[in-house]
Amino acid sequence: MPAEPPIEVPSRLSEAYALLAAGPIVPIAGGTDIMVRITGELGPLPERMLDLSRLDALEGVALELGTLVLGARTTYTEIRRSALCREHLPALVGAAATVGAVQIQNRGTLGGNIATASPAGDTLPVLLATDAEIVVGSHRGERIVPAVAFFPAYRRTALAPDELILRVRIPLLTGREVRFRKVGTRRAQAISKVVMAVSWRSHGKTAGWSDVRVALGSVAATPIRAAGAEAVLEGARPTPETADAAAEALAAELRPIDDVRSTAEYRRVVSARILHRIVRDAGSW
Amino acid sequence: MTTRTLPYPPIAPERSAADALVVDPGSLTPGRTRGYPLRREGPSKLTGAAKYTDDLIFPGAWYGATIRSTEPRARLLAVELDPDADWSKVVVVTAADIPGENLVSAIKEDQPVLVPIGGEIRHHAEPVALLAAPDRETIRRLRSRIRLVTEPLPPVFDPELSDHVFARYEIGSGDLEAGFAAADVVVAGEYRVGHQEQLYIESNAMIAVPAEDGGMAVYGSLQCPYYVHKAMRKTLGLASDQARVVQAETGGGFGGKEEYPSIIALHAALLARRCGRPVRMIYERHEDIAATTKRHPAVIRHRTGVKRDGTLIAQDIEIVMDGGAYCTLTPVVLSRGALHSGGPYRCPNVRIRARATRTNTPPNGAMRGFGAPQVEFAAETQLNRIAERLGISPAEIRRRNAYELGDVTPTGQTLRDSVAAQEVLRLAIEAADFERIRAATGRVAVERRGSGEVPAGRLRSGAARTASGIGLALGWHGAGFTGSGEVHIGSVASVELTDDGRVRVLIGSTEMGQGTTTIFPMMVSGELGLPSEVVEMAPVDTAVVPDSGPTVASRTAMVVGGLCIAAARRLRAEVEARNGGRPFVEVYRDDAARHGRTRVDQRFEPYPGIEFDDATYRGDAYPAFGWAACVATVDVDLDTGEVAVRDVVAVDDVGRVIHPILCEGQVEGGTLQAVGYATIEEIKLEDGRYLNDRLATYLIPTALDAPRLTTILVEAPFSGAPHGAKGVGELPMDVGAPAVVAAIQDAVGVWITELPATPERILAALDVATRPGEVRSATAAGTAGTAGAAGTAGAAGTA
Ligand SMILES: Cc1cc2nc3c(=O)[nH]c(=O)nc-3n(C[C@H](O)[C@H](O)[C@H](O)COP(=O)(O)OP(=O)(O)OC[C@H]3O[C@@H](n4cnc5c(N)ncnc54)[C@H](O)[C@@H]3O)c2cc1C
Repeated sequence: MPAEPPIEVPSRLSEAYALLAAGPIVPIAGGTDIMVRITGELGPLPERMLDLSRLDALEGVALELGTLVLGARTTYTEIRRSALCREHLPALVGAAATVGAVQIQNRGTLGGNIATASPAGDTLPVLLATDAEIVVGSHRGERIVPAVAFFPAYRRTALAPDELILRVRIPLLTGREVRFRKVGTRRAQAISKVVMAVSWRSHGKTAGWSDVRVALGSVAATPIRAAGAEAVLEGARPTPETADAAAEALAAELRPIDDVRSTAEYRRVVSARILHRIVRDAGSW
Repeated sequence: MTTRTLPYPPIAPERSAADALVVDPGSLTPGRTRGYPLRREGPSKLTGAAKYTDDLIFPGAWYGATIRSTEPRARLLAVELDPDADWSKVVVVTAADIPGENLVSAIKEDQPVLVPIGGEIRHHAEPVALLAAPDRETIRRLRSRIRLVTEPLPPVFDPELSDHVFARYEIGSGDLEAGFAAADVVVAGEYRVGHQEQLYIESNAMIAVPAEDGGMAVYGSLQCPYYVHKAMRKTLGLASDQARVVQAETGGGFGGKEEYPSIIALHAALLARRCGRPVRMIYERHEDIAATTKRHPAVIRHRTGVKRDGTLIAQDIEIVMDGGAYCTLTPVVLSRGALHSGGPYRCPNVRIRARATRTNTPPNGAMRGFGAPQVEFAAETQLNRIAERLGISPAEIRRRNAYELGDVTPTGQTLRDSVAAQEVLRLAIEAADFERIRAATGRVAVERRGSGEVPAGRLRSGAARTASGIGLALGWHGAGFTGSGEVHIGSVASVELTDDGRVRVLIGSTEMGQGTTTIFPMMVSGELGLPSEVVEMAPVDTAVVPDSGPTVASRTAMVVGGLCIAAARRLRAEVEARNGGRPFVEVYRDDAARHGRTRVDQRFEPYPGIEFDDATYRGDAYPAFGWAACVATVDVDLDTGEVAVRDVVAVDDVGRVIHPILCEGQVEGGTLQAVGYATIEEIKLEDGRYLNDRLATYLIPTALDAPRLTTILVEAPFSGAPHGAKGVGELPMDVGAPAVVAAIQDAVGVWITELPATPERILAALDVATRPGEVRSATAAGTAGTAGAAGTAGAAGTA
């Protein structure tokens, strides 16, 4: 290992903002992404690092007026153990449980997953499917970026270099269902081949679904929403015909690639098949 | 022959509670569990005190690095050092600096230690130059300032298209044409397997330390100290006593530290010689996966003639192995592959044609099983497909054909001794309740298909989310070296009574986690009537121990163990004779005080009645065989094709179990490695370069992916060895993959003929199978036909 870069450990947000404004400085939360990148093998070391571990403002899970609020430094283990998450957003708990394995879950954070912006980030489809908002801050103040607008390009975010992710706000809607499914090579320590979150609101047996979101990871350069499949499902009931049409639409709109983890064909077909299964389960047929 | 089956878990003498439990810190050895000694090196590994190579400190040591080619094939024109960089505080070594022969000692000696100027680069990770510096930062800075000037040459990646043949064998018996003519059904099939990485937990590492007399010592992670020793003599031009090889604690090998450590040792030594100080050559995982040897990929084609009742009557087998860029151990891997390729079955008319060729990919080498897992996957899958064709149960077709005492193999070897194929088969079928579970999975499959609902299609599966299946495989593994290998090597093992009254075992066989240092004291102490704790193991240092041959081929317990037992018997006889026949245990201390040191060197003597002709490939290919059966149960996710291997019953005949816990450990580990081979372990290549050469991308099963494993050990002793042991290391690796693939077929109805059986391949096969109007066959490979219109696609394409 090369010598480690100097690390700042602010305990107040304002100090952190000042350090970021003076730039270049790289935040570190759980370190599970950044430590892999700074072995020196994959590029130069950051000049300075900003340890977020003393910033209390980035901590905690709370329910605020029908919105689930998670601090950026919330770990996967905290999500898995959080009574609020389990009650209001089990799909996020499910996603957290598939990340790496226990050691990674103990250290890895939601904010880190978002800032890394990997197309395979396992929580990201859940955030897209639930219309999450990412609250970011800097010395200029706070602003809110919808999750769907947060990932403009491959491994890029809407963050300015001097901004921190502070928290994630997930509106909780009545009658909303959220489903999550990850497909990886093995049962732990696996980067997704396909990861999907689907949400909808149902209004009784005979009415169609509304507010349908189909979000996927590992099938494009960024986490994406699948507009075609959403259009098929919006207003529809979970019948066999709907499931087939949604699966067809999804397979038609996805443009995944072959890479070291899987093939484009598999990703396309499996995305369609899991969407089909989710609709089928919802329709109980 | 008598076979004995060890109950599961093995019953062992219990020690009284007072002996156990309370231990002083630091005095963890000797301990016992289930009545057997704890692993000798266990406590130091558990407490972190064990010294692996990278833990060894040599003051003033420099760090070494290897500059590798980045092209699969090219002519090396020059090695250029950037004139703007400061080279005064480092050393750079090229082929021109090699004092002896620029060849890595091996079977064919075609691999240079470093590619010389004007020489040919044959794979993308080939060593071209070496760099050493006082710190890693300097290495990092300077390594990118060394430029290789090359002229590209056209590479070859397909082993079937390569015209450079490393080895070729043809084995035959009976009359093949007459056999096929007499067959009721002929089935052809093509099977493919890819690379497998050994993935020992400790990456390769060597430290070279120059001696004052011009000699060189290396300390490292290795399986075969005398291979390294020989390589050093040759390349460094050293006399035998000037080269010294010391094994550090070694974190796994699986064949991956059989030959490659020689190259690393030479590189470290060349740098150490140049800078006059110790040089540490510690591979990071990425370099280790990218550059070191893997299991050979292979294409195997079968054409099999059978009677309607399932009796095998003709086998025509063609094997093509991909040797990679250099020969390494390829001829012996191929030889073992050819000899095992028919499976453990009687067949009167056989032709086996095997060849291994050169491609511009990193050299392939030894890995647990050594050619057998590849061919046994093919043989077992072929037999399972034949059983399906004939409507016979996989258990029944094996019972009908499995070798029994007195049967003759394709090399003309009569199996005179220690044949437990039927025994392991029966035990596995019983323990796994194979027939009943298979009937149940079959019923479920019929219901699923006949449920009348909308059929599954490409973008959807049916109502069922998962399907379960059960699969069976039977295998054999030739014990010890192939043919006359053991006779050529003439291994030596020694047991000595030291002048201060200690008993020491001196062997060049290495501990790499499999239990060598635990079982040898057991074997020797048993002969001497001593508790195993008092028997010491000499350090594996070529200055101390004799050449007991390499720690490979599951030969350590069988061959070297046999030598040690013979040596111990001679020691005991000698000491008792000069002490009026009183038992060794009573007199050995006094004897040592009176007579000083007594050392017995035992050299390998050919096993009586075992003969093999290397030229004609006739005779006793192995002194004995180990036998294994495996039943795997899987769940296949019908939406995604993901496979969960739930249960495995592994039954292995190892001749004699020396330490049941360690023996079970070998079966469990080998089985899990086979499950990985069957399901997820895969190297992907692009232009001859491994794409997934990191732990993040070369995936092996985790604890969560491990099935529940039931191990049953069978003892059908080999009469040629004093203790009857036949070895256990590789045997379980041979049968896991075909059992898993058979279970997948039982679950979803398609044969996956290429390993690993990834979800991608399973879904693709299901897609083909459900597409209307197409022949139902797993992949393009699985052609089948009846006699006359025999499926020739699989058997053609050879020469
Ligand atoms: C073995 C292993 C397995 C893994 N498995 C998975 C997996 O299955 N699924 C998955 O999605 N990921 C996986 N990861 C990746 C990683 O664990 C997650 O992305 C994790 O959420 C990163 O969080 P962290 O706190 O560790 O981030 P860090 O490494 O601390 O930071 C990651 C990046 O985010 C930035 N950052 C962190 N916090 C903030 C903030 N509040 N504001 C602005 N920028 C910030 C950092 O500067 C850095 O660029 C795995 C990683 C490893 C090493």
